[in-house]
Amino acid sequence: MIDARGPRWSAGLTSIVLIIALITRSPVVIIIQLVQFAFGAFAGPPKSPYAWLYKRFVQPRLSKEFESEDVRPPQFAQFVGFLFALLATVGALSHVWPLFTIATSFALFAAFLNSAFGYCLGCKMYLLGVRLRRG
Amino acid sequence: MHSLLIVAAVLIIALAYGFVDRSRTGKVNVKEDSRHQVSAAEIGSELGEVATVLQFSSAFCTPCRATRSTLSSVISHYPKIKHVEVDAESKLDLVRRLDIRQTPTTLFLNSEGKEIARAVGAPKRDQVVNALARI
Repeated sequence: MIDARGPRWSAGLTSIVLIIALITRSPVVIIIQLVQFAFGAFAGPPKSPYAWLYKRFVQPRLSKEFESEDVRPPQFAQFVGFLFALLATVGALSHVWPLFTIATSFALFAAFLNSAFGYCLGCKMYLLGVRLRRG
Repeated sequence: MHSLLIVAAVLIIALAYGFVDRSRTGKVNVKEDSRHQVSAAEIGSELGEVATVLQFSSAFCTPCRATRSTLSSVISHYPKIKHVEVDAESKLDLVRRLDIRQTPTTLFLNSEGKEIARAVGAPKRDQVVNALARI
């Protein structure tokens, strides 16, 4: 169980980084986000760089009482983000800008929903994915 | 300029979708003409004497935990109603037949296992009470 505010704060930071990526079309910016998603998806959200920032600078200023959540739903969301960021990175490095723009836009859509509404991507996507895969 | 428009469009669509989703989630919809019926064997548990509240959950689902606690606390007042939680992934045939697309999804079944109402997303406490009153 983890502090549920952590992934939501990270999603806010992710939204800002993705907006900067869309505007600047900078490969460096999308790669920074790709690295964050890779840590979140494969090492787990608490071991990601944004989680470190959250624990170091944000959590000490917040209330000691918080809602906890299972680590698996945000980890699933980080994995989905990783796939989109990977496509966006390929698009940026190969100068296929429509690919970059569409993939980054989808990632921004999900990250913004998560930060603004606490949207649960795993709730909506996981079961449909399993249903399709084991068609 | 072009990329700023894309950012604005993504954020506006996400906001609109988020508000629509929030207004729908957890609403208990009465199904007057549902043909869905569930047997004890299919859910691996006896049906309740008067009604069964069947919750479909998954691993990557934050609101499933809140749903579990809402349902079991409401149902504790009704000894003849049973709360059954199943892992959607382990019952894919049933999930397909009942057309369950996301978790948590809660079905309100009568004593014969016929679907009376359904809630997609974490249901509100008073709406659960109302749905049970109809059975």
